[in-house]
Amino acid sequence: MVSKVKIKINDLYKIFGPKGESHVEKVKSGMGKPELLEKHSHVLGLQNINLDIIEGKIQVIMGLSGSGKSTLIRHINRLIEPTAGQIFIDDTDVLAMSDEELMNFRRFKASMVFQKFALLPHRTVLANTIYGLTMQGLEVKEAEERAAHWLKRVGLEGFEDRYPAQLSGGMQQRVGLARALATDADILLMDEAFSALDPLIRSDMQEILLELQEELHKTIVFITHDLDEALRIGDDIAILRDGRLVQQGSSQDIVLNPADDYVGDFIKDINRARVLTLGTLPLKKASTKGIALSNNTSLENAMKALVDAKKDSVIVVKGDKKLGSVSMHDIVHAATRSSETAGEAVTYR
Amino acid sequence: MSLIDWNKLTITEPPVLPRELLRNFKKGLDGTFRDFSRSYGEALEDFFNPLLMFLKWFQDLLVSTPWPIILLIIGGLSWVGSRSWKMSLGAILAFVAIGWMDMWEDTMATLAIVSVATLLCIAIGIPIGIWMSRSDRVQRIITPVLDVMQTIPSFVYLIPVVMLLGIGKVPGLLAVMIYASPPIIRLTNLGIRLVDAEVLEAADAFGSNYRQKLFQVQIPLALPNIFAGVNQTIMMSLSMVVIAAMIGVPGLGVPVLRAVSNQYLALGLMNGLAIVAIAIIFDRVSQAYGKRLQKHREGDHGV
Repeated sequence: MVSKVKIKINDLYKIFGPKGESHVEKVKSGMGKPELLEKHSHVLGLQNINLDIIEGKIQVIMGLSGSGKSTLIRHINRLIEPTAGQIFIDDTDVLAMSDEELMNFRRFKASMVFQKFALLPHRTVLANTIYGLTMQGLEVKEAEERAAHWLKRVGLEGFEDRYPAQLSGGMQQRVGLARALATDADILLMDEAFSALDPLIRSDMQEILLELQEELHKTIVFITHDLDEALRIGDDIAILRDGRLVQQGSSQDIVLNPADDYVGDFIKDINRARVLTLGTLPLKKASTKGIALSNNTSLENAMKALVDAKKDSVIVVKGDKKLGSVSMHDIVHAATRSSETAGEAVTYR
Repeated sequence: MSLIDWNKLTITEPPVLPRELLRNFKKGLDGTFRDFSRSYGEALEDFFNPLLMFLKWFQDLLVSTPWPIILLIIGGLSWVGSRSWKMSLGAILAFVAIGWMDMWEDTMATLAIVSVATLLCIAIGIPIGIWMSRSDRVQRIITPVLDVMQTIPSFVYLIPVVMLLGIGKVPGLLAVMIYASPPIIRLTNLGIRLVDAEVLEAADAFGSNYRQKLFQVQIPLALPNIFAGVNQTIMMSLSMVVIAAMIGVPGLGVPVLRAVSNQYLALGLMNGLAIVAIAIIFDRVSQAYGKRLQKHREGDHGV
């Protein structure tokens, strides 16, 4: 399958302040965030962002608070105007859109889910869910039918007539998700959508999202500060630090080859056995002993399979092809090796 | 000519304009305004004539309506507002007592002017409040105007109003409105400005235009504040009843004025208490209604 770029971000800069444009050159020639703030009282939001987001995939953008991830996602539907750079969606220049085109783009092509749900408190669940549809110009009756379908999909059947304040946080965010899905937009922007939920509810919501994505194949941009969440749902992960992209890649890439200490600190505490797969380990020549497992098997599952089979070596296969073998010892070693930076205490703002 | 009367300047007397200059200044202002009212007073009166007709018609309507029907309407409106039998019954009893104390006609006149003033304040105040909420510049200009309207002694603006329009219902109505419209303007502005930024962002993200955002998000979310403004406006127009009576507005204020000048304690007290009773009914009913409007904000997970 040839992957198509859905959202293309080129050389994006955002400098907050009255005269942002005049400082772009300084930032390009190396002025940092603290210096810009001190000398010119402008806040550097994003710098030199280049990101291709693939159609039908979940692109996670991760970073600590203040790293610019919420700013970045708001550039995609132009809730925030960039200071410099380009954004293309399906080869259409988002920045060249007129007000009218932008409004239609937001109505039909990109919908959004918010961290604090952003529901209308005076409207029922159903009336909230049809919001985007009525903006598209749909009749209320038809909109309600479609909205009811999506409410059912997110598990809120029977709650149509409740008000948001009567629902728990998790249920409110389901309304937010149904509202965004109902518009049938190709692009779903999720700004820390699950961050305000408690862990069990959060993993429920992640599951719902992954299930829906199996069949919908939307292009999802997902913002989070939680690496476990990023690894669980992200096809691709981009890591932001102080408004700059420090690393992009698959979850395997990031766990195996952290680009710098910042990323290293991020991945320090994650469950490597769950993220890494057999295919990522250095393989020895294929032996005939041991059980055969696919190269996509996580280390965690491989260990379990070995213990269950009372064996101590795995033959890694890809389809029918034997790739090599790996011992229990190597698997455990890879799963427990913490990164070299683990011992140092590094603090980030 | 010097701008300071140097002869009068001492350590205890601050610098003061020369007497003649000051007199000329006052005379000039008076003259200008008198000329203005001579040339435009009639046109203004014509302009406000429909309002006067409406006021008269409304007051006559209230006075000529049979009292049982008025009682029914009062009880009914209280019920609609508060959904409480106690409130309705209390309102009806209060009006029965007012009638029994022979204050029915004055009360109807007061109700007429207060309701018309409130409606006009809402009709003018909410759009101004919305306009104010849209632009910091407009807010910067209007806020001090509202401050003046609320704090300047009513008698001061009664002078030009009476000079322009004479004595009667319309100038009285204007005086009431000058005093009573600031809260609705202020609270509309405040309510819209307090709407959650993330909800507004969501409205933008789904492609709402200006009107959709205003009518589907901002005004509904500002409604509790707007309603508090309506309540305040009603209360403040009731409190202006006596002052309005000074320039010829019929109603409960007239006997109060008479009581003041003749030292009739009982008359003053009775009419004053009638105003209080109306105020309490309006306040409780409108507050109960406002509370019901935002019932959805309560987080009762059950049922």
